[in-house]
Amino acid sequence: MISRRAALALPFLATPAFAQGPARVVVVGGGFAGATAARALRRADPAIAVTLIETNPVYTACPGSNEVIAGLRDLAEQRFGYQRLAAQGITVIHATVTAIDAASRTIRLDSDAAPVPYDRMVLCSGVDLIWGAIPGYDEQAASAMPHAWKAGAQTLLLRSQLEAMPDGGLVVISAPANPYRCPPGPYERASLISAYLRAQKPRAKLLLLDAKDVFSKQKLFQAAWQRLYPGTLTWVSQSEGGTVTSVDPKAMTVSTDFETYKADVACIIPPQRAGRVAQIAGVADRTGWCPVSPITFESRLVPNIHVIGDAIIAGAMPKSAFAANAQAKTCAIAIADLLQERTPASPRLLNTCYSLAAPRDGFSVAGVYQPVNGVLTEIPGSGGMSPVDAPDSVRAKEAEYGAAWFGAITHETFG
Amino acid sequence: MWRAVILLLAATPVSSHAWAADPPPGAVTCSGCHGEGGMVAITGRNAEELTATMEAFRSGARPATLMNRLVRGFTPDEVRAISAWLSEQRS
Repeated sequence: MISRRAALALPFLATPAFAQGPARVVVVGGGFAGATAARALRRADPAIAVTLIETNPVYTACPGSNEVIAGLRDLAEQRFGYQRLAAQGITVIHATVTAIDAASRTIRLDSDAAPVPYDRMVLCSGVDLIWGAIPGYDEQAASAMPHAWKAGAQTLLLRSQLEAMPDGGLVVISAPANPYRCPPGPYERASLISAYLRAQKPRAKLLLLDAKDVFSKQKLFQAAWQRLYPGTLTWVSQSEGGTVTSVDPKAMTVSTDFETYKADVACIIPPQRAGRVAQIAGVADRTGWCPVSPITFESRLVPNIHVIGDAIIAGAMPKSAFAANAQAKTCAIAIADLLQERTPASPRLLNTCYSLAAPRDGFSVAGVYQPVNGVLTEIPGSGGMSPVDAPDSVRAKEAEYGAAWFGAITHETFG
Repeated sequence: MWRAVILLLAATPVSSHAWAADPPPGAVTCSGCHGEGGMVAITGRNAEELTATMEAFRSGARPATLMNRLVRGFTPDEVRAISAWLSEQRS
């Protein structure tokens, strides 16, 4: 027997909701993934009515925020608003999503605004930090031991702690196991903080405790550390006992299975999962991350919801701003195709990612990806890292290109 | 060519440009680095020159820091298609 409610819902489901007017695509989350997607949808098909829902009126970008921590850059340079998106005809709503009803394709908000209907949704939740995954490390602990893994107040807190630290102090950074946002981020952070210590607090030390043995751009970072920071920076791998097992923010101690370190400054980057909105939408699986089609980025769990950016299981693609930007444009084209009942073509995606070992000393990793058997796979023979033996002039050039990368991607994302 | 330009103009809303139809695989990702505020602009340029530059990166005839790694993810035919599409874009 079909319940009355189900019977009422059936004709609604059977009819495309956009039959009465322009297709409605709602983007939830306004980071690199979401803001790019909103703009790309307008470029893919100007007839689509695009809405962006984002809690914060100002976005603070993570790429480059390690330079803020090291005193090389102002946080203001990381901040972007949504005015250019609104000027492009995108309806921008600053509110927080409280519920998603996939059956009726509506999004409920915390504001007084009416529920927002969608034909297709692009969900860009980013990541949530898993409080308590490291015993002792909860939201309150982050005010003593900043993660600084979401740029903003946490970035400035870590910066001010480093400035206040006496010479001869110990900085401890904890890097998580994979997967997490920005794979080379902890290592760039350790590098740039070491550069600051060398210049301003030459007797201070930095200990990088790692929950893994292998990491992004490893050969490049390790060569740079040997060249630039011997005696200052020590990396402790997982097999050397680097996994942090607990922290005590009152005592400012960081413990592994073998040692307890008393830190003057502790930056704890905890394990992560797809952000809250992905969890309430039901698009995250038991891993905490979101399985998607590598062609359309539509959720494998909930139809009509596409998921892009750091929240997804993206095969060989890393959780990076560039990957999110590339996925957003690819997804926008696929959605425009699906709304016109065209079959989306198999895409090609790129990643480019620059890191600094020191000011004016940079290197990169690149990748080209395509779906193979439903998984985004790196094309053999393509991509890879900068050469380890690159001369100073090339590393200086890559540092400049890294700055240009930031200029281009933020301009494309936010206008 | 003129038909493409007219189609582009007709489809262009205020303060943004619609993409020319059917970007070949990978073509829309270039603008993550190349464009306003970033690395050298590559839209609206001569398609043959773009292709020749990419192939010079592939062979090593032209030194590169990163494009030599990216071009190897595309066949010469795919590079030609992307160059043709980029040459039709306004920005």
